[in-house]
Amino acid sequence: MRRSVEEKSSLEQRNVIVCRCEDVTLEEVRRAIAQGATTLDEIKRLLRAGMGPCQGRTCRELLARELAAHLGKPVGEIMPPTFRPPAKPVKLGLVSRMVEDVSSGDGDSSPEGGESR
Amino acid sequence: MRSRADAVIIGGGVIGSSIAYHLAKEGVKNVVLLERHSFCTGSTGRCGAGVREQWGSERNCRLAQASINAFERLTEELGYEGDIEFKQKGYLILAHTEKEWEQFKKNVALQNSLGIPSKLLTPREAKEIVPILNTDGMLGATYNRRDGHCNPFHTTWAYAQAARRLGVELQYFTEATGIRMEGGKVVAVDTTRGTISTPVVINAAGPWAKPVARMVGVDLPVYTQRHQILATEPTGPIINPMVMSFSIGIYCQQTPHGSIIMGIGDTREPKGYDIGSSWEFLREMSRIILRLLPVLESLRVVRQWSGLYTVTPDAHPILGGVPGIDGYYQAVGFSGHGFMLAPSVGRIISELVVGKTPFIDITGLDLGRFERGELQVEPSVV
Ligand SMILES: Cc1cc2nc3c(=O)[nH]c(=O)nc-3n(C[C@H](O)[C@H](O)[C@H](O)COP(=O)(O)OP(=O)(O)OC[C@H]3O[C@@H](n4cnc5c(N)ncnc54)[C@H](O)[C@@H]3O)c2cc1C
Repeated sequence: MRRSVEEKSSLEQRNVIVCRCEDVTLEEVRRAIAQGATTLDEIKRLLRAGMGPCQGRTCRELLARELAAHLGKPVGEIMPPTFRPPAKPVKLGLVSRMVEDVSSGDGDSSPEGGESR
Repeated sequence: MRSRADAVIIGGGVIGSSIAYHLAKEGVKNVVLLERHSFCTGSTGRCGAGVREQWGSERNCRLAQASINAFERLTEELGYEGDIEFKQKGYLILAHTEKEWEQFKKNVALQNSLGIPSKLLTPREAKEIVPILNTDGMLGATYNRRDGHCNPFHTTWAYAQAARRLGVELQYFTEATGIRMEGGKVVAVDTTRGTISTPVVINAAGPWAKPVARMVGVDLPVYTQRHQILATEPTGPIINPMVMSFSIGIYCQQTPHGSIIMGIGDTREPKGYDIGSSWEFLREMSRIILRLLPVLESLRVVRQWSGLYTVTPDAHPILGGVPGIDGYYQAVGFSGHGFMLAPSVGRIISELVVGKTPFIDITGLDLGRFERGELQVEPSVV
């Protein structure tokens, strides 16, 4: 069975997963760009790409390259997406037991601390 | 960018985008929408996108009721190829104090009189709706099956794309820097990409409504305040409706995607434009929510962020024109519930612009009410 090049490439786009956490395909990304998305944040807002547990560590590069190619800009000129804390997923139960004086907010304080009140 | 327009909208959040669509639908085709950043960078992209018609004031009830009617068929109306994800899973509003329970009885009576099918529930009935709810200390709850939530990004994008198809020019990354007036009339808007002459300008600038109003010499009695919110990793369906409490000051909802979103209304939050995130919020939020929904303990927080409420003294929006400033309209001061009012407000503002009587009576939602001292404060807000 032979497929035309076009058919093949659209099949590829449909199947290539760009963001593994949220199952976002290359085809979806290209469609959002065609509709006018010009930033990584917009792609994230429309497709959830980068909103999963890894928070974009895997897909950021791929998406930036895709945008850069479409906009005819170097990858370095694509605005990075907004970074949101916490740096690593953390259980609600654990945060609730944090001691009162987490001073720097870097997440290192002991979960065993219990309530200081 | 067009140098001449019939109307210019300042702000590309859900309110400005809805106004753009409705204006074009009313036949005002030469419209330019100015947005300083990309779509949904302001409050809209940061909000819980909860939609309820369980309000304590008749005006909020009516605005929200008409909006829910619109949300029910919005994906189709806008011809959107995605989905605004409007899920009507209800709002369960908890009462823990005698005072709020008394208020809820009045609210439900008012809502029912307007055709809103809300009900008073016992704690046991509430637990039937949310089995994982800890009802200790609860006096009761109210529930309305028509309430729910949307995806704020898709809703705004759907309005904006529909507006564009009807001829509206969407100008992202373009800031309005001034409004020119001649003899009490709006004549042009200055932007970072040039000047647009226009007889009509609409202030839909969300948290920046105050500086925009100042461009025409109007002083808005609003302040902005940070509100924090978080999202957990996705999990199987465990909470059907939005769970909300005014006395504890929280809301919590599970999105169609499975993640749980929750926020608090902390009156100690800073006023101004700070949209940082704090550890204190994470801790406070987790403590409060685990008292109400203890089984969430093992869920992981994957993201926290914050956004701004734009608050008026009576927690109602300010809608419409201002006497003496011909061609200036505003849709501002939504006090934390602007997302859900966007369909109604977009239609009302566009009807005002073309000289029609708005489909919902907005008497008393004008700017003049603050000077007249005719304030009726909305009691049911987080
Ligand atoms: C944490 C949180 C939770 C919330 N939860 C809910 C909820 O569950 N339900 C609900 O109904 N509401 C909720 N809200 C409130 C809701 O987000 C707002 O009322 C609503 O989004 C307001 O929309 P808007 O379009 O007026 O404002 P925005 O979305 O802020 O849009 C205004 C836009 O104007 C642009 N702008 C400003 N000045 C200029 C200028 N000079 N030139 C060009 N552009 C300009 C800004 O960049 C911005 O994008 C919540 C808010 C927060 C912060």
